[in-house]
Amino acid sequence: MRRISFLAVLPILLLCAPAPAAATTSDGNVPTIAQSDRIATPDTWRSIRQGEAGFIAGQPASRGVLIQSEGEAWRAARNGKVAVWGGIALVGVILAIAAFYFIRGPIKIDGGPSGRQILRFKKVERIGHWLTAGSFMVLALTGLNTLLGRWVLEPVLGKSLFSWLTWAGKWLHNISGFVFIAGLVVIFALWAKDNLWDRYDFGWIMGGGGLLKKGVHPPAAKFNFGQKTQFWMVICGGAVVSSTGISLLFPFTFGDLLGMQVMQLVHAALALVMILFILGHIYIGTIGMEGASTAVTTGYVDLEWAREHHSVWVEQREGDKPKAAE
Amino acid sequence: MARMKFLCDAERCIHCSGCVTACKNEHEVPWGINRRRVVTLNDGKPGQKSLSVACMHCSDAPCMAVCPVDCFYQTNDGIVLHNKDLCIGCGYCFFACPFGAPQYPATGNFGGRGKMDKCTFCAGGPETDHSKAELEKYGRNRIAEGKLPLCAEMCATKALLAGDGDKVSTIYRERVMARGFGSGAAGWGQAYGQQERTRERKGFGAPGKE
Repeated sequence: MRRISFLAVLPILLLCAPAPAAATTSDGNVPTIAQSDRIATPDTWRSIRQGEAGFIAGQPASRGVLIQSEGEAWRAARNGKVAVWGGIALVGVILAIAAFYFIRGPIKIDGGPSGRQILRFKKVERIGHWLTAGSFMVLALTGLNTLLGRWVLEPVLGKSLFSWLTWAGKWLHNISGFVFIAGLVVIFALWAKDNLWDRYDFGWIMGGGGLLKKGVHPPAAKFNFGQKTQFWMVICGGAVVSSTGISLLFPFTFGDLLGMQVMQLVHAALALVMILFILGHIYIGTIGMEGASTAVTTGYVDLEWAREHHSVWVEQREGDKPKAAE
Repeated sequence: MARMKFLCDAERCIHCSGCVTACKNEHEVPWGINRRRVVTLNDGKPGQKSLSVACMHCSDAPCMAVCPVDCFYQTNDGIVLHNKDLCIGCGYCFFACPFGAPQYPATGNFGGRGKMDKCTFCAGGPETDHSKAELEKYGRNRIAEGKLPLCAEMCATKALLAGDGDKVSTIYRERVMARGFGSGAAGWGQAYGQQERTRERKGFGAPGKE
């Protein structure tokens, strides 16, 4: 009786039984357990977790990836290191500049304004400066808003207004990028030769740039070592930020998903470094130094200012044309 | 409140793409976007398996964490939804998502991707339930009607399960029990699978023999 009931169940058992594990494939290989019909082997899940792509019909092959774990790394870096440390560095540098302002105070023209003006930057130089500077300020503000605005501005403005602002900011950011690149090309063409290392730079570094002590003015040509550092930081940093920016602007044209993630991180981190440098530049060009800002507005600076900060340059200029810019 | 979850049983999925089609039709998903997709592993080889994937409505959703305009929100059921009026189409959610769920109607350059679209677990969006705006932007709201996602409801082999996470796991657990071994426990297949089958072939300790 027992045997009969077993025979009755046997066909069902046979139907349910898995295919023999050691079945030989057409090419003669005997599949191992890992290649068997069971998906839940550790190796299978591990390879899915590591981004192994399967076949997908009618959609781009990249959609065959079931799990891309790089996204989590990107999220951790962008929301963690870049946003947190970038924010801390930003606040830190602003506080440091404020402290410098209150302790050291603005750098005055020691000899007092002479009243005589000298042409420091020609019109094309000023245009080059403002193409770069104007677009950089738009890019920096809209970029910072994209990275940090959610935690800083959104609680104040509310979701709708903040979203509109960020949307507008994204378009401004996308367009200003090209202006910035144009500015970079112009200033590189105009100023690169004046920003090469010269014999005054070592003395300028040893004298701390005249920043730390009142009345100290190491000689400098058209640009001092500090300005040269700033210049090459803008040119080199700007080149990398621009190229990664263009890649992000044309999604998946110059890189796959991992490429996009890496480029976004490089773009954001390097742009933050540039912003920190430029904060110092804006300070020293405006409230940090008497008589500096007119160099890029009207183009003229006070002769006494020029003698103190760019003595070699003034000598060269006055050697060329005795009555430079009366 | 229940915690809504998807589960795709690779032992049952037959790659019919019925879930993809059901979703596309139900929500009138625009051209070029498939909120759900079916991926076949080891295609044409021994051990071929298929899995249906869409937004998994993560507990700690990466899309939600990286969105610059904070357009995502999670319902009490754990469903991750987004507000298309706030979305600026930056693409960050796609960078972050492990499952490739967010998609964009346009592939234009200059960031002109349009508003992001993804699986809503058939729960619509922030608009009023069953409104025209909700239908046009997010598709139908079956959850508000007390129904479960259509992809899973339509699944012919019931490979794709959707609903209360506890119930989904109970069903899956029962299946694993019925199938016996090999459907989960890490390392078991490697350690004991081959051995047991060898014993079966030799007739030692095989089930049903005494």
